[in-house]
Amino acid sequence: MDINATIIGQAISFAIFVWFTMKFVWPVIRAAIEEREQTIAAGLQNAEQAKVSLDQAQTEAQKLLNEAKQQAAELVEQANRRANQVVEQARSDAQAAAEKEKQKAAEEIQRQTLSAKEQLRKDVAELAVLGAEQILRARIDKNAHAQLLDQLSAQL
Amino acid sequence: MAGASSSDYIRHHLTNLTLGKIDGEWTIAHSAAEAAEMGFWRFHIDTLGWSIGLGMIFCLMFWAAARKAKVAGASRFQLAIEIVIDFIHNEVKQIFHKKNALIAPLCLTIFVWVFLMNLMDLIPVDWFPHLFYLAGVPYMKIVPSTDPNITLGLGFSVFLLIIGFSIKEKGVGGFMGELTMMPFSAKSPIGKLCLLPVNFLLEVVGLITKPISLGFRLFGNMYAGEMIFILIALLPMWAQWTLSVPWAIFHILVILLQAYIFMVLSLVYLSMAAEDH
Repeated sequence: MDINATIIGQAISFAIFVWFTMKFVWPVIRAAIEEREQTIAAGLQNAEQAKVSLDQAQTEAQKLLNEAKQQAAELVEQANRRANQVVEQARSDAQAAAEKEKQKAAEEIQRQTLSAKEQLRKDVAELAVLGAEQILRARIDKNAHAQLLDQLSAQL
Repeated sequence: MAGASSSDYIRHHLTNLTLGKIDGEWTIAHSAAEAAEMGFWRFHIDTLGWSIGLGMIFCLMFWAAARKAKVAGASRFQLAIEIVIDFIHNEVKQIFHKKNALIAPLCLTIFVWVFLMNLMDLIPVDWFPHLFYLAGVPYMKIVPSTDPNITLGLGFSVFLLIIGFSIKEKGVGGFMGELTMMPFSAKSPIGKLCLLPVNFLLEVVGLITKPISLGFRLFGNMYAGEMIFILIALLPMWAQWTLSVPWAIFHILVILLQAYIFMVLSLVYLSMAAEDH
């Protein structure tokens, strides 16, 4: 066993190495580690938050989608109803117009029939008178039978 | 070495390269008698040199990692260094409860430095002594922790820190009180005075034991391990590797464990010094 000044040399170098580590090594590396730990913790927290807000957004989106679907369904319903109404309206309008036209046509026919009848009546009367005149000219006095002819023409 | 006997061989392996003064001149001792002649003021320049060299390797390695330390995209080297730093950080956090900027770097230095010094034990025992012998250097011990000067140098540095921590936390009066009023206490001043020498003796012995046990535990373990390597090296060729390989593998555990024990015990002693009883 031999103890000598080596022990002092060792103690001095120990002090220097500890000082060096304390000054240039430990704080620097610990700072890096701590910063990384913080970054990771923040990252995890952000991820957690993002997950929550994603969930919220999805719920929101689902809600909006449902609302939109419902609105669309309502709109289609309304449109269908409206279309039916329009068709119904158009049909009834068309029927009414057709009815009117028919009526007008019928009236016209009626009128023309009447006037034709009147004309015919007049023509027949005249023809009758003409015929009768022809006959009477040959056989009887026109005046003596005028009354009889008027009666006849009124009956036609 | 040059046809020496077994005892010469062992003695050669266990002798330090010593630098000291003979007749007022700094010179290297060529025998144990010459070394003894130098008195206290001589240095084991082999173990001290390897010790300082390894300490510088430790500092430069960790400094390189610190200089290039990145928060994101750290290199594997940096991560490896960070594993060690984190390990020490957790140990310190568990054992030492006060805030102190010195304690963690101190533990890191002790752990890595002692580990590196012990690691030299795994280098085949003949290589360096023989190489240096061929180069004209008479002795070369490369495992610093097999030199009690080295281990006690660390132990007594921790001892000074224990005293420093005690005084810093409790004041000179508090520290003295701790040395003289415990473990036996009395109510009356006279009783206290009577118990003072007993207490003082017990406490001082307890205090002194700490650095000595620290230093000798490490020295003893490493010295024994080294001795077994030397003895194995004396055996015939076929027996050497069959024994030295298992012993070396076992020794990997020992060197790590001894570094850890030295570090944790220093930490425990210092935390005891810094905390009130």
